[in-house]
Amino acid sequence: MPASAERYLEVQRSEEFAQLRHRLRRFIFPTTVAFIVWYSLYVLLSAYARDFMAIKLIGNINVALIFGVLQFVSTFLIAWFYSRYAAQKLDPLADQILHKVDDVPATTVDGGKN
Amino acid sequence: MAPQFLAAEASTSTSRTLTITLFLVFVAITLAITVWASRQTKTATDFYAGGRQFSGFQNGMAIGGDYMSAASFLGIAGIIALYGYDGFLYSIGFLVAWLVALLLVAEFLRNSGRFTMADVLAFRMRQRPVRTAASVSTIVVSIFYLIAQMVGAGALVSLLLGIKPGTEFLGMDGDTAKVATIILVGALMIVYVTVGGMKGTTYVQIVKAFMLMGGALIMVLMVLAHYKFNLSALLGDAATRSGKGDAFLEPGLRYGVETAGDAAKTFYSKMDLLSLGLALVLGTAGLPHILTRFYTVPTSRIARKSVLWAIGIIGTFYLFTLALGFGAAALVGGADITAQDKAGNTAAPQLAQELGIEYLGGNTGGAIMLAVIAAVAFATILAVVAGLTLASSSSLAHDFYASVIKRGNASERDEVRVARIAALIIGAVAIALSIFAQSLNVAFLVALAFAVAASANLPAILYSLFWRRFNTAGALWSIYGGLISAVVLVFFSPVVSGSATAMFPAQDWQWFPLSNPGIISIPLGFFFGWLGTVITKESDPEKYAELEVRSLTGHGAH
Repeated sequence: MPASAERYLEVQRSEEFAQLRHRLRRFIFPTTVAFIVWYSLYVLLSAYARDFMAIKLIGNINVALIFGVLQFVSTFLIAWFYSRYAAQKLDPLADQILHKVDDVPATTVDGGKN
Repeated sequence: MAPQFLAAEASTSTSRTLTITLFLVFVAITLAITVWASRQTKTATDFYAGGRQFSGFQNGMAIGGDYMSAASFLGIAGIIALYGYDGFLYSIGFLVAWLVALLLVAEFLRNSGRFTMADVLAFRMRQRPVRTAASVSTIVVSIFYLIAQMVGAGALVSLLLGIKPGTEFLGMDGDTAKVATIILVGALMIVYVTVGGMKGTTYVQIVKAFMLMGGALIMVLMVLAHYKFNLSALLGDAATRSGKGDAFLEPGLRYGVETAGDAAKTFYSKMDLLSLGLALVLGTAGLPHILTRFYTVPTSRIARKSVLWAIGIIGTFYLFTLALGFGAAALVGGADITAQDKAGNTAAPQLAQELGIEYLGGNTGGAIMLAVIAAVAFATILAVVAGLTLASSSSLAHDFYASVIKRGNASERDEVRVARIAALIIGAVAIALSIFAQSLNVAFLVALAFAVAASANLPAILYSLFWRRFNTAGALWSIYGGLISAVVLVFFSPVVSGSATAMFPAQDWQWFPLSNPGIISIPLGFFFGWLGTVITKESDPEKYAELEVRSLTGHGAH
C-alpha cells in the first residue's frame, strides 16, 4: 500500500532511515570499489606483469592460477560477508522502518493509509 | 592418439540416435512442464514473474540456467583447450560481475519494481520517454544475444551430429540442417515463452541447470580421476600436449597478445583485454533477462538469497570449465579439436567422448558420453534463448504497449495477450536474422550485448537508485548515449570489417582499433547520464523519497 508523498519524505528524513542508509552505503560502496580494484589488479597483472604471473609455486601451479582462484575465493567471501552483515545490521532496522511507514502520527491528518 | 571424433561410422550413428533421443526426452519433459505452468498462469504477475513464488534456491538455479550459456559451457572450455589460461580470465569476469548484482542492484530492484528493468528506471521520471528508451535497449541487448546463441546453435548441431559438408542427415545436408536447427530452436523457445510464461521458462532453466551441473561434474571427476586428482599433473600434460609449453598456463595466448616489434598492436591488444574485462564485470547487472529473474521471488531478501545461490553455482561451474578445458587440451589435444571446429566449441563434447571410451568402455561408451553432453548443450541453448525472448517480450508489452501506447490504461489480460504476441514476433525476427547471419562471424555479439548492458543500462539503474538529483533527461542520455556509443564503436571496429575474422571480411570501414568498446562506452554512458541531469532542471525529491524508502525497506513491494 503506497503511503503519501509527505509520509515518504518524513521517513526519508528520519534519523532511523539515515542510519539504515548510512549502514548500507558504508558496506556496499567501499566493498564495490575494493573488489573492482582487486579484479582490475588481476586483469592488469595478466596484461602487463606476465613474468610475475608465470612464477611457478607448486609443480605446474603458477601465480596466475592462484591469483585467478583467489578471485573466486574473494567473490565467495564478499557474498558471504554481505549476507551476514545484511542479516545483522540492515534487515532488523529495515523492518522497524517498514512498520513505521504506515503508522501515521496522530497529528498528521492527511493519512498514509489509503 | 585420440580416436577421430565421430569418425567411426558405428559410433556416429549410435551417438546420433542417442543424442536425438535424449534431446527429445528433454523437450518432452520441458513441454509437459510448460503446459502445466500455463494452467497456473492467470494474472500478469504469473506471466511476467512466475507468480513470485520461487524459492531462493530455485531462482538461484534458474539464474544459473539463464546465465551459463553455450558461450560459457562450450566457448570457455574451448578457449581454455586451445589457448590455455586465457579462457579462465574470461570466466573470472563473468563471476565477479555477480557482486555488482548482489550489492548494488538485486534487492533494490526487487523492492521497487514489478516486472521489468524500466519499472525502476521510470519510477520517478516521465514514464513514456524513459520506458521507450528502456524498451529499446532491452530489445537491442536481447536480440544481439539471441542471434549469437541461435547461430551458435545451428553450427553446433551440425557439428555434434557430425553433418559435414557433403554428407547428409535425414536427407538434409549441413546447411539445411543448420537452418532447420535455428527454426526448431526458435519454435521451441516461442512455445516455452508464449505458453509457459515466466513460470514455465523458470522451470526449464532449473532443469537445464541441473543437467549442466550434473554433466559437467561427471566429466570433471573423470578427468581428475585420470590424473589421480593431481592438478599439477593435469596442467603439465595439457601444457606439453598443447605444444606451447608453460606459456599455455600463463595469460597472453588469446587476449593481450604481444606482437614483437609492433608496439601499437601490442598496446591495443592489451587495451582490448582491459576493455573486455570491464564489460564482463559491469554488464551482467544490466542484462534485462537477468534483472527480470529477481522479480520471481516473494521478497528482496529471497532475491538476495537467490543471488548467493547463483554465485555458488556459477562459481563452481566455472571452476569445472577449468578442469574441462585443460582436460580437453591434455586428453584430446588441440590438433584434434581444431580439426573439428576452429573456434574450439566442440572441445567439451570431444572430451566427453574420450572419457566415455576410457571409463565406460570402447566406442559405445564414447558415443554414450558424447550424446549426453551434446544433449546438455542443446538444453543449454534452448533455456538461454527462452529467457532472452521472455525478457524482451515483457518489456515490449509492459513498457512499450501498456505505458507508452496505452498510457497505462491497458488491462492485465490485454497486456499478457500482447506479451505473448510480442514473444511470437521477437522469436520470428530472431529466427529470420539468425538465418541471415549464419554464414557471418557473429560471435562478437555476446560481448557487444554485455558492453551495451554495461554502458546503457547499468549507469541508468545505479543513478536511479542512488542519485537524488537524477532525472528524465539523465536517464535518456545515459541509455541512448551508452547504447549508441557501444554500437557505433563496434560497427567501426575490427570485428565488423577490415580484418580476416570480421563479420564482413571483404569490406573495410574500420577505424576504431579495439574489438570491445567497453573501456570507452561505459565511461561515456555514465558521463552522459550525469551531463543530461545537470543541464536540465527537472527534479522530484518527493518521488525520490518514495523510491529510496521503498527500495531500502520493501515498503509497498509487489
